[in-house]
Amino acid sequence: MLRYTIRRLIQLVGVVLVLSLLLFAWMRLLPGGPVSALLGERATPESREALTKQLGLDQPIIVQYFKFLGRAASGDFGVSTGVQPGDSALDIFVQRFPATIELSFFAIVIAILVGVPLGYLAAKRRGGLFDNLSVVGSLIGVAVPVFFLAYVLKDAASAALGLPSFGRQGDINATRVTGFFTLDGIITGEFDATLDALKHLILPAIALATIPFAVIFRITRAAVLDVLDEDFVRTAESKGLTASVIRRRHVLRNSMLPVVTTIGLQTGALLSGAVLTEKVFVIPGVGQALAIGFERRDYPVLLLLIIMATIVYVVVNLLVDLSYALIDPRIRTR
Amino acid sequence: MALGVSKKEKIDDLADTAGVSLAASAWKRLRRSPVFLIGATIIGIFIMVSLLSPWLAPHDPSDKMLIEQVVKARNEIPPAQPGHPLGGDLQGRDFFSRLLVGSQQTLIVGVGATLIGLTGGLILGTLAGAIGGWVDSVVMRLVDVMLSLPSLLLAFSIAAMFARPSQFTVILAVAIVQIPVFARLLRGSMLAQRHSDHVLAATALGVKKGAIVFRHMLPNSLSPVIVQSTLVLATAIIEAAALSFLGLGNPDDRIPEWGQMLGDVQNVFDTHPHLAAWPAVCIIIVALGFTLMGETLREALDPKNRR
Repeated sequence: MLRYTIRRLIQLVGVVLVLSLLLFAWMRLLPGGPVSALLGERATPESREALTKQLGLDQPIIVQYFKFLGRAASGDFGVSTGVQPGDSALDIFVQRFPATIELSFFAIVIAILVGVPLGYLAAKRRGGLFDNLSVVGSLIGVAVPVFFLAYVLKDAASAALGLPSFGRQGDINATRVTGFFTLDGIITGEFDATLDALKHLILPAIALATIPFAVIFRITRAAVLDVLDEDFVRTAESKGLTASVIRRRHVLRNSMLPVVTTIGLQTGALLSGAVLTEKVFVIPGVGQALAIGFERRDYPVLLLLIIMATIVYVVVNLLVDLSYALIDPRIRTR
Repeated sequence: MALGVSKKEKIDDLADTAGVSLAASAWKRLRRSPVFLIGATIIGIFIMVSLLSPWLAPHDPSDKMLIEQVVKARNEIPPAQPGHPLGGDLQGRDFFSRLLVGSQQTLIVGVGATLIGLTGGLILGTLAGAIGGWVDSVVMRLVDVMLSLPSLLLAFSIAAMFARPSQFTVILAVAIVQIPVFARLLRGSMLAQRHSDHVLAATALGVKKGAIVFRHMLPNSLSPVIVQSTLVLATAIIEAAALSFLGLGNPDDRIPEWGQMLGDVQNVFDTHPHLAAWPAVCIIIVALGFTLMGETLREALDPKNRR
C-alpha cells in the first residue's frame, strides 16, 4: 500500500516536470512572448532587446527552464500580466483556490446525493417508465453545454427562486478565517454569513453538478444492475434478509467501487467546468482566473494554475484508489 | 432414423447461427431498438440539412441585410418579420439562414475532430500494442501525461497555444484531447488479442507481423473504437462551443458554426436569450442524437448481449 502510494507520487512528480517543461517551452516559443506582453506591441526594438536580456530570455530554453524551476522552488512563479497585473501568480492561486474548492465540493455533493439514489432506483425498476425517463434525462444532461445551462440558471432560475445571480464576491462583511465563505461563518458564529454564502453557491453548484450527476447516475445504475444479477443477492434474499439489509450490505456496498472511481474522475470535469461556471457567475475563483488568463494570454498564471489543477486531479484520483481498500476488504489482502 | 434427421437439423441450425457475424447480429438488434432509431433519425436529418443548407437557406448567412434595424444604443436587433422567421442577429444578418448554414461547420468540427483524434489514437495505440517493449512504454507515458490533465482544460490550453485562432485550431484542440482515449482503447484490445487463438494460428501459418496486425488484430478492435467515435462526435461539438465561449474559438464569423454562435452572444444572454437558445437547442439535439446512437451501438456490439 505504502509502496504503491510512493510510486504514484513519484509518477506525479514526473508528470508535473514534463508538463511544466511543455508549458514553459510553449510560453517562450509564442510569437511576442512575455516581452510583448509586458511592453505592448509598439515597443522599440532597443527596449525589447534590453528587456529580453534583463529577463534572461536570450538563453536556451532548457537553461531558462531550470532557472524557472529554481525560482519556483522558492515560491516564485512569476508575475501576472493579465488576470491581476502585477500580483504574483502564487498569491493569485492562494487567494482564489478556496472559492473553487467550495464550489466544486458543493457540486460533487449535489451530484452524489442525487445521482446515487436515482441510479439505484432506476436499476431496481429496470425498463420501467422511471428508469427510461431518468436515463434520457441523464443523456440530455451531458448534451447541454455547461455555460449555457449556467446562463439559464443565472437569468431565469435566479429571478424565479429569488436567489442571487452572482457568486459571492470578496466584499463580504464578515470575519474571514479560512477563505471558505461557508466555513468562516460557522467558525465565527456568524451564521447569517454562512446562509448568505450558501444562497450564492446554490445555482453555480447546480450548473457545475449536471455532468458529474449524469455520469454518476449512469455508472451507479449499471453497477447496481450487475450486482443485482449476482448469486449472493439471490442467496441473501432466500435467507430471508430484509430488503434494507440486502440493499445496504449486499447491493450498494458491492456496486460502489466503479461509482467511487467515477467520482474521482469527475474532479476533472469539475475543474474544467469551474472555468466556465465561475466565468458566468463571476465567482472569484481559480476557474475565473483561468478564463481571464486564456483570454488575455496571462502565461505565468496559466502555467501555475494548470499545473495545480493537474496535481489536484492526480492526487484526488490517488486518494480514490486508496479508498478502494476501505470499501472492499478483498483488495486489502492483496 | 428420426434421431438422425434431428441431429442433421441440429447441425444445420448450428451452422446457420455460427455464421452470423457480430456486426450482423448487432444490426439485427439495432433495427429493433427505438432509441437507436431516434438517434439515427436525428443524425440523418442533421447530415441532410448540413449538406443541403446552402440551398435551403433563404439568405446569405454573412450578408448584413438588416443592419439598419440594429440600434446599438438601445440594444435593439431586427425582430421576426416576413422573409426572416427568426429575425436578425447582432449584426443584422438573417438568423434563420445562419442557423441552417451553421449545421455545416458544426458537422465539420465534429467529424474533423473525431477523425484527427481517431487517426492519432490509431497510430499510437497500434504502435504501442503491436510492437510493445520500449515503444509501448514511451507511448503510454505520453498518454499518461495527457490523461493526467482534465480533458477540457487540456483542450483550452491547446487552443490558447495558437496566436491566431481559427476553425482549424478549434478542431485540433478538441481532437488532440481525444488521442489518448483512442490510443488506450486500441492498445488494450491489441494486448488482449496478442495471445488469442486466431493470432497464434496466423503466426503459426507464417503470416507476416504487419499483416497480422492490420488484417487480424485491427479489425477485431474496431467495435469499441466505433462506439467511442460516435460519442466523441457529441463531445467535440459541445467542447467547440466552450472554446468559443472562452474567446478561444474561430474569430471569423462570416461562415457560422453553432458553438461559435452560442459562445459569441454571451454578453446579450439576458436581453436577447433567443440568440443563444436556438444554437444551444440545436447543439443539444445533435449531441443527444450521437450519444443515443453511441450508447445503443455499445450495447448491441457487446458480445455479452448476443443472443
